[in-house]
Amino acid sequence: MSKEHLEVTVGLEIHQQLKTKEKLFCECKIREKVRPTFSFTRRLRPVQSELGEVDPAALHEFKRMKSIIYHSGDEGSCLVEGDEEPPHRLNTEAVESALLVGLVLRSVIVDEIHIMRKMVIDGSNPAGFQRTVIIGLEGVLNVGEREIRVQTICLEEDAARLLRDKDNTREFDLNRLGVPLVEVALEPIKCTGKEVEEIALGLGRLLRSTKRVARGLGTIRQDVNISVQDGRIVEVKGIQKLGLISKVIEYETERQKGLLNIKELILQRVPSGKLSIEVIDVTKSFSETKSPVLKKSLDHGGRILALKVDKFSGIFGYEPAENIRLGKELAELARSHGLGGIFHSDELPAYGITVEEVKTLQMNIKATKDDAFLLVTGEEYRVREVAKALEIRIVASLDGVPSETRAATEDGQTRFMRPKPGPARMYPETDVPPMQIEAQTLDELRTLIPRSWEDQVGEYKTKYGLSDKLSLQLYDSDYLELFEKVTERTTCPPSFVVATLTETIKSLSRAGQDPANLSYPLLFDLFAAVDEGKISKDLVPKVLELLMKGGITGVQQAIKVIGVKPMGDNELQEIILRVVEGTNLILEKGEGSFEALMGEVMKEVRGRIEGAKVSATLRKEIKSKLERP
Amino acid sequence: MKVGDKSPQEGDNSSIGDLIEVVTDKITFKGSLLPRYSYLKPDHVVIKLNNGYNIGIQRDKIIRISKISEGRTPTFSKGKQPEIDESLPRIAILGTGGTIASRIDYRTGGVHPALTAEDIHTAIPELSKYGRIDTEIIFTLLSENLESSHWSQIALTASKKIKEGYKGIIITQGTDTMGYTAAALSFALAGSPVPIVLVGAQRSSDRPSSDSTINMIGAMILTTTAKFAGVYVVMHSDASDDSLAVHIGTRVRKNHTSRRDAFESIDIAPVAYIRDGQIEQVTSDLPERKDDINFKPRVDFNPHVALIKFYPGFESQIIENLVKSGYRGIVIEGTGLGHISQSAHATIKKAIESGVLIAMASQCIWGQVRMSVYDTGYDLLSLGVIPLDNMLSETAFVKMRWVLSNSKGNKEARELLLLNIAGEFTPSPPIRE
Repeated sequence: MSKEHLEVTVGLEIHQQLKTKEKLFCECKIREKVRPTFSFTRRLRPVQSELGEVDPAALHEFKRMKSIIYHSGDEGSCLVEGDEEPPHRLNTEAVESALLVGLVLRSVIVDEIHIMRKMVIDGSNPAGFQRTVIIGLEGVLNVGEREIRVQTICLEEDAARLLRDKDNTREFDLNRLGVPLVEVALEPIKCTGKEVEEIALGLGRLLRSTKRVARGLGTIRQDVNISVQDGRIVEVKGIQKLGLISKVIEYETERQKGLLNIKELILQRVPSGKLSIEVIDVTKSFSETKSPVLKKSLDHGGRILALKVDKFSGIFGYEPAENIRLGKELAELARSHGLGGIFHSDELPAYGITVEEVKTLQMNIKATKDDAFLLVTGEEYRVREVAKALEIRIVASLDGVPSETRAATEDGQTRFMRPKPGPARMYPETDVPPMQIEAQTLDELRTLIPRSWEDQVGEYKTKYGLSDKLSLQLYDSDYLELFEKVTERTTCPPSFVVATLTETIKSLSRAGQDPANLSYPLLFDLFAAVDEGKISKDLVPKVLELLMKGGITGVQQAIKVIGVKPMGDNELQEIILRVVEGTNLILEKGEGSFEALMGEVMKEVRGRIEGAKVSATLRKEIKSKLERP
Repeated sequence: MKVGDKSPQEGDNSSIGDLIEVVTDKITFKGSLLPRYSYLKPDHVVIKLNNGYNIGIQRDKIIRISKISEGRTPTFSKGKQPEIDESLPRIAILGTGGTIASRIDYRTGGVHPALTAEDIHTAIPELSKYGRIDTEIIFTLLSENLESSHWSQIALTASKKIKEGYKGIIITQGTDTMGYTAAALSFALAGSPVPIVLVGAQRSSDRPSSDSTINMIGAMILTTTAKFAGVYVVMHSDASDDSLAVHIGTRVRKNHTSRRDAFESIDIAPVAYIRDGQIEQVTSDLPERKDDINFKPRVDFNPHVALIKFYPGFESQIIENLVKSGYRGIVIEGTGLGHISQSAHATIKKAIESGVLIAMASQCIWGQVRMSVYDTGYDLLSLGVIPLDNMLSETAFVKMRWVLSNSKGNKEARELLLLNIAGEFTPSPPIRE
């Protein structure tokens, strides 16, 4: 634990899908995938609160997005998801699950719950708001020795899944919208990234102990709020993998501390803190340019604007830590508005912009060698907008770390998404009445408080004869239910099933195969095939690899592709007899010949029949040859 | 949202909006005191927590409530007003109760309608690209509370505005009875030199996804740029936000409780669409927009007209009672091609003989009344029931109220009823939907 990491305050928020039959506000069934059959286009606009005051996050999204396309499939979504109809009711099954989570976390349960509309206009909800209910407050979570306070437990509807985000058009699939999820928000604490990961893991296991939550890809998501000393809170969304949390925290710490260093440097240059920024249209200076980016923009009727910042020379390119630069922050901001390249004076000449062009430009905008400039290009209406946003961001660098919402990238870094929303934009959902939580309901739910997850892991260990490692792996696995079904209906050994469902799939995923191609029915068929002797256990990884590659319709086809023809008892008998009769080894070594002969037989039969059967038959035939007079 | 008063709590001197502290046996809550919905029992105190969430706290668990500070009334500041281009046409927006735009007071969760032209400018600055708007709130009513006297009021105000030189009239109304109002204005303002557009929203204007602003912009495009005049309803043509349909006021019906595209033209296609900021005119023979602002509005409606629906087991007593109560006209929504059971025929005969105007429309919604196909139809015709072809029953009802106020005697009334005044008859509906 380095001292540095303790300078960070981290608040963890976990969103866990609940396992219910129906969605939170309608009767649509929860389905993993539904083929879209209908699409429609919408546009969301921010609603005013106190007039003139518009939420910065909402405004950002509104300006950026031209239209949103929603794809919907029958049965997966209905008029409620399309915001064509009021919500039907609050799903009591989901309320009970959330209450159970509240009780497990020892929180104060709200007497009467009120559904709220939380404004979200990134398109992920066609209504423009997410419905959310606070269920519990002030709970406690114990992870190892540590006791962490739980701020709130909310029941929410999940958002639509983003399919594409390109050219100011976003596309969403409505199937996931309205799936109930429980949000647990922990109080921010000073800790290391590794500790946060342990807490997240512990909380996830505790949620799973209720048996009321969904398992599988994308059913649990983590957001973290990160702030360093003297910085503001940055919210990082969408950390898909637990193991990335510490990386994200490490990156954000570096970034935020870097931004504070940049602030210091700016204050050295401009002690008054009053920045002088001028936006100048410099399209004419580049009419003959060879720079591909600028030329392409000009060919499409675009404009080029320069932002001249006095005394800023060297600041855009200043790199207090690896790959942390104000220039990069500004480029991300421009990109979030849908504008590609921006250039700053510290990196020019480059990108096809010549020394002469830079000199002419500096002359035209009256920039001295102490001054810096940014070039930004695009369609007129947008480039003005972006120039304004960039100007605001440059001024904000005097605050050090601006409050932002950032997205976690797959490699554990973060990328600018939008300014942080103002204070929670919530107002009541008047279409569904508040619900009183009866004391009797809570009493009944208290009887359902599960044993601790540690006890449950212990139970798997005894019940299925698993090792410590395998029983924990099983508990954490997305395939727990499938495992129970397989062991109930087949004779496959439990440890083999667990190892396959956890280790084998994991190692194949690491090797680049896609677990999304595996469905429960497909995996069940695989174990059934083993059970029926259609393939041997040793071939399971090979079949899995094929299935994960995709394009294969079923286990039968995979077996065919691999070319395994299951072997009958007669055929095995024939091969063994041939080997046994064709050797003198038995007479020489007696039963000691088994190892060598087994190897010989297996060469011919591997994968087509169970090894145990081969060895039993071989032993029988060896014995029979020895007993022959 | 209907809210009641907070119920009194002993020793508690706080009022709605105040920041309060509520102490219970388990926890102390801090938040703003909110009003409680009047349909709920007053056994919980509702507060808005700092994080924006509302919760209800059971009264008998509360040990103490104390006021921390007074609530402040939200002061809405005017947004930046757009520059008004004096060369653009003047458009009057008349409010009757539908909400074009809202603003939300997140402190209490209250939703306030934007009423003045300034409010609307702030909420939908795009409008000023098309015209100069003035607003007038005629009244603020839920549309189910409108009566024919309200139609007259709207028609009078609109005709006054037209004579003042406004180039178009936009009327906002709750959608439930918008079809009736559209039909009423179609007759009352027949011959209007400028377009008159009714517009509303199916999804509340407090939500970012509301159809209200897009419909409003569509109404603005139509009133400022259409080459045609007349009364129309402009609403979404499908689930998407990029296409609006323009419906003739007498042929439009609300056919869904909640969808954006609830309004449909019956037995005719929408006469135009609005897409990409442009009007795409489908029907060519619409009344032309005129510069001559002289036209004769006829804004009166006779309220003694009923619309009744026939159903199996219908008792003729209903008709007798209407006649006894002084009703002057009855529109029957008959079955199929225009039928009502034999058992009611004698009553109908008597009613007609006593001077009541009885007309037949079909409850099938689509299609013509044809009373010459079955005996029942013939019988009803011979009793003097007036067949209304494919006029919508709601339009027929509105028209009969108008006809009875604008004719001398039943003969003229009957002729006027059958005269195609505002496109209420479409004798050649397209084969396709």
